[in-house]
Amino acid sequence: MSELLVRNAYVIDPLSGIKGDIMDIAIRDGKIVEEVGRNAEVIDADHCLTLPGGIDSHSHVCGTKVNFGRYMSPEDMRAGRTARKGVMHVTSGYSVPTTFGNSYRYSTMGYTTVLEGAMAPLEARHTHEEFTATPHQDMLANTLFDGNWSIMEAVRDRDVNRAAAVVAWTLSAVKGFAIKLTNPGGTEAWGFGEDVHSIRDQVPHFGVTPGEMIETMIRANEILNLPHSVHLHCNCLGVPGNYQTTLDTIDLVPDLNAKRQSLYLTHLQFHSYGGSTWRDISSKSEDIARAVNNKSQLAIDMGQIMFGRTTTMTADGPMEFKLYMLHHNKWSNHDVELETGSGIIPVYYSRKSLVNCVMWAIGLELALLVKDPWQCMLSTDNPNGAPFVKYPEIIALLMSRRFREREMALLDPRTGHYAPLPAIDRELDWYEIAVMTRAAQAKALGISGIGKGHLAPGAEADVAIYPLKPGLLDPSTDYQQVMAGFGKTRYTIKRGRVVARDGDIIVEGANSTIWTKANVPPEYNLSADPEFVKKFEQYYTVRMSNYPVQDLYLPRGVRITTEAAL
Amino acid sequence: MKIEDVVCPFCGCLCDDLVVEVEGTRVVSVENGCTLASEKFMGDHRLKSPIRRAGKRWEETSYNEAIRETAEILCDADRPLLYGWSGTHGEAQSIGIHLAELLGALVDNTSTVCHGPSIMAIQEVGHPGCTLGQVKNRADVIVYWGTNPIDAHPRHMSRYTTFADGFFLKEAFRDRKVIVVDVRKTESANIADEFVKIQPGGDYAVLSALRAIVMGKRGIIPLSVSGVSREQLFRVAALLLSAKFGAIFFGLGLTMSPGKYKNIRNAIELTEELNRHTKYTISPMRGHWNVYGSNEVFTWISGYPYAVDFARGIAFYNPGETTSVDVLRRKECDACLVVASDPGAHFPKACAEHLAQIPTIQIDPHTNATTHLSRIQIPVAVTGIDAEGTAYRMDGVPIRTRMLFKGNYPSDTEILERLYALVKEAKGL
Repeated sequence: MSELLVRNAYVIDPLSGIKGDIMDIAIRDGKIVEEVGRNAEVIDADHCLTLPGGIDSHSHVCGTKVNFGRYMSPEDMRAGRTARKGVMHVTSGYSVPTTFGNSYRYSTMGYTTVLEGAMAPLEARHTHEEFTATPHQDMLANTLFDGNWSIMEAVRDRDVNRAAAVVAWTLSAVKGFAIKLTNPGGTEAWGFGEDVHSIRDQVPHFGVTPGEMIETMIRANEILNLPHSVHLHCNCLGVPGNYQTTLDTIDLVPDLNAKRQSLYLTHLQFHSYGGSTWRDISSKSEDIARAVNNKSQLAIDMGQIMFGRTTTMTADGPMEFKLYMLHHNKWSNHDVELETGSGIIPVYYSRKSLVNCVMWAIGLELALLVKDPWQCMLSTDNPNGAPFVKYPEIIALLMSRRFREREMALLDPRTGHYAPLPAIDRELDWYEIAVMTRAAQAKALGISGIGKGHLAPGAEADVAIYPLKPGLLDPSTDYQQVMAGFGKTRYTIKRGRVVARDGDIIVEGANSTIWTKANVPPEYNLSADPEFVKKFEQYYTVRMSNYPVQDLYLPRGVRITTEAAL
Repeated sequence: MKIEDVVCPFCGCLCDDLVVEVEGTRVVSVENGCTLASEKFMGDHRLKSPIRRAGKRWEETSYNEAIRETAEILCDADRPLLYGWSGTHGEAQSIGIHLAELLGALVDNTSTVCHGPSIMAIQEVGHPGCTLGQVKNRADVIVYWGTNPIDAHPRHMSRYTTFADGFFLKEAFRDRKVIVVDVRKTESANIADEFVKIQPGGDYAVLSALRAIVMGKRGIIPLSVSGVSREQLFRVAALLLSAKFGAIFFGLGLTMSPGKYKNIRNAIELTEELNRHTKYTISPMRGHWNVYGSNEVFTWISGYPYAVDFARGIAFYNPGETTSVDVLRRKECDACLVVASDPGAHFPKACAEHLAQIPTIQIDPHTNATTHLSRIQIPVAVTGIDAEGTAYRMDGVPIRTRMLFKGNYPSDTEILERLYALVKEAKGL
C-alpha cells in the first residue's frame, strides 16, 4: 500500500464543483481517497494551483503518419534534443518529438491523458506500439472511418444498424476508443486524386454524401452507447469560405445524449474562414460561436495556431496536397486501402502573413466567444496549429487582454480589419482554464466515470500542481508568470506517483490504453458476415485473421464495455 | 499440423497467407509461398549452440557465458557499433536501440546499404505513397524502376499489382499497363507493356526528361537520353499521364547507381509532378522482411530512421558520417554487435576486414559470411518460425509474425534483454 497526502492545495476541480478551495488531497494505491494514515508521504502544495491531470482531447503523437513526420524531418529532430539522464531516455524533435519526448514534455506540463486524434485501423498496431513507448500518459485512439467502404455501403443502404455493427467490430479489433471522421468521403475521393467540396457532394463510386455519413455515424455512435461522441474533422479544412460547410454540418446535429455532446468538432479554427480566396480570407468566428452557443449538443476544440515552425499532419490527404501547392516545401502522402488517407507537410506560420494572422485571431476568438467553457476545449491540433508546448502561451493569451494587445501590435496591421479579436474584452479565469484543459475533455470523452479529469474519492490520482498562487497573481497583468507556471509543474502525479518534479522526469512510468468494446447481438457480429469477410478475401492485402490487434500490444489495457441498443 | 495465414519472414512483401505444415519442431510443407519462402521455412539449418573462437578453431560455449563475454566486450569498447536489425522483430529492435543509448554506441540498420539513399531523398522532398492495397484496387499504370520483382519479390505482382484483382478494375491484368525501366532485360521486363532500357548510370537524366515532358516542355528533349529514344520517352510520358491511378516502385537499381539519393529525389519529384495531373504514388521495394520496421522503431525512439550515433549522449544523425560503412572504413569502431543481418556478405571489403580485426559478435540463427569475421556467435530462434513479434511491411503496414512451434532456442528479445540487464548493471544504473 502506498499513500500520499497533498496538503494545502489550491484546488479547482470543476467536475466536483470545487472552484478554488484550500484543501488536502489524499491518495492511496493510485486512487483519490477520503483520507490516509499518518505515515503517508506528504507533499506541501503551499497554496499552489492544483488541478486534475491535464487531458488533451485531440493531439497527434503516435502512429504511422506521426512517425513519418519524424522520419522525413531530421531538421525537426535536431531542433529539440536532450541526452539520456537518470530514468529519462534520449529525446529528439520540436514539432514532432520522439515518443519519449512527447511524453516527458506533456508530463512536465501536468498532462496525464492524451487522445491520439487519428488512427488508421489497418495500421493500429503501430499506434499501440508507440503508445507503449509514451509512458507518462494514458492513451486513447480515435479510429478513422471517413473512407471506410463498409461504412459507406451501409450509409448508401440507409442501414444505421449495419454501420453500428461495422464500428463495433472495428473498434474491438483495433482496440480503438472512438469514431473519427476526417473529411468524410474526401479521403476516399482522394484515392483517385479528387476531393469533396461540401457536405452535399457525392463521394465518387459510393453514392453517398458526407452529410449522410455524418448523420448516420452520429446515430450509430449512440446505438452503440460509446463513451465519446463522433469526433469530426469537417470537410473543406483550410479553404476560404469554409465556415458555410461548418454551419451546414452543425445544422445536421441532433441532440441524442443527455450526458455529453452528440458531435465533437475538432480544430474548429481551421473551419471558420470567410472570404473566397486567400486574398480576402476573414474570420467567421462570430457566426460559428453563435451556432455553438445555440446548440448544447456540440463540443469543439480550438485548433489554435501559434507563430513559428511546425509540421502539419492529418488523415485529410487532399488538404495536405493543396497545402503543398501553396508552400512548395516537402510533401508526404499515405493512402490506406479501404479506410482513409493521410498527408504531411512542414509549415511556418508567420506574423508577416495576413492569412496566418487571421488564423491566429480566429482560434482565440472561438475560445472567447463560446460562452460555456465546457463546450470549447483548448487545443492546437498538435502539431498542426503549433506544438503542444505552446499551450501555456495560449492560456496566457486567453487570460490577458493586455497580452493579446501586445501580440496584436506585432501582427500585420490589417488583421483587425478581417478579425474581431481587438474588440473582445473577455479574459478567462482560472476556473475556465481548468475546465478547458481537463474537465471538459473528461466529460466530452465520456471518461469521468472511469476516474478521469476530477479529484473526487475513487478517481484516478492524476494531479498537477503548478507553481502559481491564484490569490497573489493577476493573470491580466502577470501573464508571463502564468505562462511560465503552466509550462512546468512543481509536481505531476500520475496514478498516485510523482512522475515529474520542477521539469525533471523522475520515474520511467507505465501507462494504460483506454479502448472501447461495444457488445452487439450475434446477428450483428460481422466476424462471419459474408459481405464483410469478402472485403478481406478480395480487397484488403492483409488476411482477416492477421488484422486484429492482439491483447499483448496493450500491456495495461483498460476496456470500456458498452451494450449496443440493437 | 497445418497452420493458416502464416506470415512469411523473408522479403518486404510480408505475405500473410501461407499455409505451413509443422511436425514437431520442423516445417514439412509450405503452400502459397514463393520459392524463397519455401527455402526460408524448410531449408533451416541452425547453429546448435553459442560458439566462440579459440585460436584458429571454434569451441562451443553456454548462453550465459556468451552473453556475459558480449556484455564485457561492449562495455570495454570506446566506439561500439550495433548493426543489423532488419531480420528480427520490432520488440528486439527496440531493446537494441535502448542498449545503444545506454552504451553511447552507434546503431545502424541495413538501410545503410540499401534504401538509405531513399530515406535521404525523402528527407529532402517527402514521400507520396500508399498501402499496397491502394495499388491493388486502383492502379492502372504500374512502373518498376531498377527492380526485378519476379526474382527478388516473387509475389509482389500477384498479390499487389499486375496480376492481382482490384475493386475498381474489371479485368485487372488487361486493364493495367506495366512499365519496366532497367539497364538489362530482366524477367520482369518480359511481361512489361513498355520496357525502357537505360544505359547504366542514366536514370537521373531519363527521370529529368520525363519530368520535362510531363511539365509540357517537349521541345527541349534531345533525340536520345541515356540510350532511350525521344519517341519512347514521349510514349512513356503519355502512358504515365493516361493513368487514373499510377504506382511507381523502385529498387536498388535506382538507389545504388550513380546519382544515388538524387535519383530518388528526381523520381519523387516526377511523382509530385504527375499528381498535378492525376493520382500517383511511389514506393521503395524494401528487401528484408522487417527492414522498414527497423526504420520505424529507430525513428520513434531516436528520431532518425538509421545511422544514429549516441556517443554525444543525444541522438546524432549524419549519413556519410554516422553510417556503418563510413565508420568501419575509417576504422573508428573497436567492437561490433551484429544482429539479424550479414554485413560480412554485403559490406565493402575494407569494412569486412575491419570487422574481422575488432571483436565482432553475431546474434543469428545461422552461420553466414559474418560468422567468419566474428569472435562469438549466439544462435537464436527464427522470427516467424519459432519466435514471434511485430514486422512492418514495405508500405508501413504492421503485421504480427507467428510462432509456429515452441523450439529450444531463445528469441532475439530474450538474448538482448539479458545483455541489456548486464550492461545496465555494469554501468551502475
